[in-house]
Amino acid sequence: MNGLQTLPAWAEILVAILVVLGSGLALIGSIGLVRFRSFYERVHAPTLGSTLGTASILLASIAFFSLTRTRPFVHELLIGLFVTVTTPVTLLMLVQATIYRDRLEGRDPLARREDES
Amino acid sequence: MTRWLPSPLASATLIAIWLLLNQSVSPGQLLLGALFGFVGPLLLRRLDVPPPRMRRPGAVLRLAGLVIVDIVRSNINVARLILRPEGRRPGFVPIPLKLRAPLGLATLACVITAAPGTAWVSYDPGDGTVVIHVLNIGEDEDWAAIIKGRYEGLLMEIFE
Repeated sequence: MNGLQTLPAWAEILVAILVVLGSGLALIGSIGLVRFRSFYERVHAPTLGSTLGTASILLASIAFFSLTRTRPFVHELLIGLFVTVTTPVTLLMLVQATIYRDRLEGRDPLARREDES
Repeated sequence: MTRWLPSPLASATLIAIWLLLNQSVSPGQLLLGALFGFVGPLLLRRLDVPPPRMRRPGAVLRLAGLVIVDIVRSNINVARLILRPEGRRPGFVPIPLKLRAPLGLATLACVITAAPGTAWVSYDPGDGTVVIHVLNIGEDEDWAAIIKGRYEGLLMEIFE
């Protein structure tokens, strides 16, 4: 880790907070994956890590590499762009596949149901 | 636009992303980027995707800001729901939409799915009804009105 020595204390704290926040959100999302019982509920859990979680980690990375001036932060923006575009598409595909299977098996979740999925 | 360059905007975006990814503007990378910018939109045309057309950059910015605020808020809500799941009421919500532009619908699908707590489930092109799954419907929140009020108007401004 070159440049770590030159980082002022406030910057270290900022980066640390962002990293912990991001990984914490990813962790909570994973807990949700375990806790939720139906597929349609589980779809919501990983989005914590893929939205605000990713954003926090990327912000931490931007802060670190900009403050130590080791490289420009263009890559973080691109990672953010790719994650934002690809995750919802993946989740949409998964949901479509599940709906299709549920309908084939004769239990359409959309057929007159308000709660309990 | 033309036969060989159906979507200049998509071509420019591809070239820009390629150069940023490699962080270089050397002739070799420029050439490669230009190749992708040329081939990409041609492939896209084979998929019958309407060429991206952005109107009203102001509305695009407003939508982006709105989405960021909503995603941060729903992150907090869903994190709370995961850690304390009592009293949660998940369910499907039908929403009748006026929005018909394919790219607008695609954008809405991505926004709704990306935001924690809501997920796009199905769309009926016949009557324009979309069904979303909501992690916690709450007591008397009108999700259809929320989604329509926050996003539909802006999306129609941008894409129709």
